Amino acid sequence: MSDHDYRPKSKVGQWFNDRLPLLTLANHLTDYPTPKNLNYWWTFGGILTFCLITQIVTGLTLAMHYIAHADMAFESVEHIMRDVNYGWLIRYIHANGASMFFLAVYIHIFRSLFYGSYKAPREIIWIIGIIIYLLMMAAAFMGYVLPWGQMSFWGATVITNLFSAIPLVGEGIVTWLWGGYSVDNPTLTRFFTLHYLIPFLILGLVVLHIWALHVPGNNNPVGIDVKKPSKDTVPFHPYIVIKDGFALLMFMIVFAFFVFYAPNILGHADNYIEANPMVTPAHIVPEWYLLPFYAILRSVPDKLLGVVAMLSAILILAVLPWLDTSKIRSAVFRPLYKQFYWILVADVLILGYVGAMPAEGLYLLIARVATAYYFLHFLVILPVLGFKEKTLPVPLSITEPVLGGSPNLAAARNKESKIE
Amino acid sequence: MSEKKTKRRDFLFTATTAVGAVGAAAVVWPMIDQMNPDASVKALASTEVDVSALTPGNTLTVLWRGKPVFIRRRTQEEIDEARKVKMEDLIHPEKDEDRAKNPEWLVMLGVCTHLGCVPLNDKGDYNGWFCPCHGSHYDTSGRIRKGPAPWNMEVPKYEFVDENTIKIG
Repeated sequence: MSDHDYRPKSKVGQWFNDRLPLLTLANHLTDYPTPKNLNYWWTFGGILTFCLITQIVTGLTLAMHYIAHADMAFESVEHIMRDVNYGWLIRYIHANGASMFFLAVYIHIFRSLFYGSYKAPREIIWIIGIIIYLLMMAAAFMGYVLPWGQMSFWGATVITNLFSAIPLVGEGIVTWLWGGYSVDNPTLTRFFTLHYLIPFLILGLVVLHIWALHVPGNNNPVGIDVKKPSKDTVPFHPYIVIKDGFALLMFMIVFAFFVFYAPNILGHADNYIEANPMVTPAHIVPEWYLLPFYAILRSVPDKLLGVVAMLSAILILAVLPWLDTSKIRSAVFRPLYKQFYWILVADVLILGYVGAMPAEGLYLLIARVATAYYFLHFLVILPVLGFKEKTLPVPLSITEPVLGGSPNLAAARNKESKIE
Repeated sequence: MSEKKTKRRDFLFTATTAVGAVGAAAVVWPMIDQMNPDASVKALASTEVDVSALTPGNTLTVLWRGKPVFIRRRTQEEIDEARKVKMEDLIHPEKDEDRAKNPEWLVMLGVCTHLGCVPLNDKGDYNGWFCPCHGSHYDTSGRIRKGPAPWNMEVPKYEFVDENTIKIG
């Protein structure tokens, strides 16, 4: 890579860079060779970075007005909404920002699944990503508890009670998590502390995620290894920066729509009722982004096995690079996998839908079938497919299919060499 | 090195690691234990309830240790229904006689043993309680009959201080 022999132009720059090579890092990031065929599904990394920064900045400002106490939390959130200058805006950005964050992360994850980005040599990037995803869920869950509404309180009760399914030590763990005999003030203050901590842990992991990415470089829609730098790559700046920037703008339109026109559509009306330990709301539902896992939890009639199934559904992703036995990365060249991929997408959407419905009758039956299929996909279909599937021929370079498809091959080649 | 003799240096190395590990554990434990219920939480261990206004067929819900406790003054039909259930029909077999020493009074934690929601009164397939969260049905003795909950609703330690007062805890 070119950055190893990078030397700043100015004397001051050289003096500084010899002592702390930050300018070398900046040069690496701008020149970083990126496959030239990246499509818009690759812009969600940048969008996610934006989401994280947004959550940290709005979170810090909210923390200046929020009071983490069981008697005052609910009121302090109303105080933010009604009295604090632009408090409503900051809170709505933060609350909807969580949903936008998950929307982007799901697209990001399903992009990896389609183009096989989790396969060698990118397993570590993938696993760090799964850890980030787990931390995001923990942060979102604890953040949802902070307003101390009815859904906050009962969501916290149900989720922490999942640990009581562990044999022998379960009850002790739950009491320890609560700091009492029920969800109460000690629970709220520790959740606030952890909710504040986790985004910075995520930030650190994002740095590792990007670092690990920059070692092999980006995967791409064709899914083949790319020599870098070469005529198959373009420098990150300005090409990818502009593309990411444009995608971010589009994303922010969706974001702004929710913040300004439907700020409560993704929440539950019950959370505008203050927490009451004596009454459980008639229908407890987690936030939309946790619904598929909630459906898996409820589809198993046994308490412990339900919890095990739910956790396995997430953790199974961490071993995905070894469950998928196919050497071909991109689904573009895997006609069968492509079909199973879309069935999985539908399966997860169905799980999300039944997760929001009461766990009875037909819904329960659908949830059970969808849960079984989810595990079947990862544990049976993916490993077998790698051996059975007849894949399509993979091009030798990113440029080849472009030139091959051109009616005027010579002219295109000529143009290619001019760009170089 | 060819000879496998324990040297003075090996001993020092092992001893240092062992003492270091004990020291680290001694510091970590307070950090973990500070999250357990504190003295002020534990101090609220018992509560006394006046039940003189409760008529048969009604339930009083009181808060004890942050959790709701159901005090149900049962009707004769409810008692009969609870007592005639066969043990083999129960998921968590417990005799009603053991759960309600004084058959008229059923005192138990109003907490579903599945994931901790508060079940609703006079609901469900067994005329007892029904948990709206994940659909557990309890009978007139608070025993689990149908649904994902593994156990009957818990009967706390309680006693009649006098005719009209129950002390829970």
